[in-house]
Amino acid sequence: MKIGILAIQGAFVEHGKMLDKLGVLNFEIRNADDLSKNYDGLIIPGGESTTMRKLLVDLKMIDILKKRILKGLPVFGTCAGLILLAKDVVNDSSRGLLTMDIKCKRNAYGRQLGSFSAKSKFANLGEISMVFIRAPYIQGVKKGVEVLAEVNGKIVAARQQNQLVTAFHPELTNNTTVHKYFLDEIVNKSK
Amino acid sequence: MSDRYELNKNLAQMLKGGVIMDVTTPEQAKIAEASGACAVMALERIPADIRSAGGVSRMSDPKMINGIQSVVSIPVMAKCRIGHFVEAQILQSLEIDYIDESEVLTPADNKNHIDKTKFNVPFVCGARNLSEALRRIAEGASMIRSKGEAGTGNIVQAVSHMRAIASDIRRISSMCEDELFVEAKEMQVPYELIKYVHKNKKLPVVNFSAGGVATPADAALMMHLGAEGVFVGSGIFKSDNPEKRATAIVKAVTNYNNPDMLAKLSEDLGEAMVGINEQEIKVLMAERGQ
Repeated sequence: MKIGILAIQGAFVEHGKMLDKLGVLNFEIRNADDLSKNYDGLIIPGGESTTMRKLLVDLKMIDILKKRILKGLPVFGTCAGLILLAKDVVNDSSRGLLTMDIKCKRNAYGRQLGSFSAKSKFANLGEISMVFIRAPYIQGVKKGVEVLAEVNGKIVAARQQNQLVTAFHPELTNNTTVHKYFLDEIVNKSK
Repeated sequence: MSDRYELNKNLAQMLKGGVIMDVTTPEQAKIAEASGACAVMALERIPADIRSAGGVSRMSDPKMINGIQSVVSIPVMAKCRIGHFVEAQILQSLEIDYIDESEVLTPADNKNHIDKTKFNVPFVCGARNLSEALRRIAEGASMIRSKGEAGTGNIVQAVSHMRAIASDIRRISSMCEDELFVEAKEMQVPYELIKYVHKNKKLPVVNFSAGGVATPADAALMMHLGAEGVFVGSGIFKSDNPEKRATAIVKAVTNYNNPDMLAKLSEDLGEAMVGINEQEIKVLMAERGQ
């Protein structure tokens, strides 16, 4: 198994460390050539979604990526990654990958003073620590999307077939539950 | 360590691989955001103009900062003077995303920096070497940047500061554990931080480069030297074609190890800002706040 990590901006190194810890081969994707290589799953990290979207367009990566995801490439987006995958972002008119049937709100908890951490249940895998940094949340999901976690009544993790998103950053904690879920439940089962 | 400090260090993690741009108006802020900046630094005058104007330089007008906050969705940073904790309190009340306790402004305290542990908003501070960096971290900074020499368009100082930090880290990493006590004493920094550097071979916080970046090649050079991202001040809005240059610098940071791409990015950018050499400068900002 080999996982690509989108490494155009943001906290991509931390995802690599999580995968190293789980003994999974991984590599950084920085341009369209990297994107065309062979891999079994892709992680879109946290960072600034406006920066990443701009680079995806300018580096001619966005259409290739979108096509691969729609064809079933397992993908896991954290924070900015969630925003890029969402079909509807209520407070942002620019368009990302638009592959997942969720409606989300950017910077939903306000500026940095609104950043927080919490503990909550993820799927049926027990409680985990969740770190929210200028985070979005999911306002609504369409049919076919499974809600995996909620904090204070807001949806913060969801899955639609090959796509997994979290509003929080599992890569900033020591807990590998969410990464393992992505590998076991999505990447392995899609083979 | 407090939860808030961890969250603040984590915001810096999200900025990595990005470019933070100095802006003086909402229009410039929008250009910066559209060009792919991962954050903007709101200030009344860019360092090159501060330098040529001379006199005392202070925190920006809150109204001007608010104006910028209201037009962009990316994090907004602002500068306060070294040691001026009331300016920092004002910036915190504006809910700024990051405060830069900056040598670019005229220092308010010749001896003490702000006790940044008393604040909920994060701070970034400049450093010329590892001991300055660790002192700032001990005071509560959750992000470090090289000082460089702001407003000059000359990369030489940023290079020497980044190399100094890296070289100090290599030296401490190779020490015996029983040598770390004296090292902490000589560097005038807490032992715990020296121990952290020894064990992890890196700073405990994200480290950006700042001061003198004018071209995509400058930005890529700093990434090669270990910067995790880049601040660009005067380099963008003092050049001929800010939008094009800003976009090129953003792409150069992402693809810093791809010379073919850098060659294309460097084409046809118009005039860069006029640079100033170290010998021609009256005020060395990097010497403020050690």
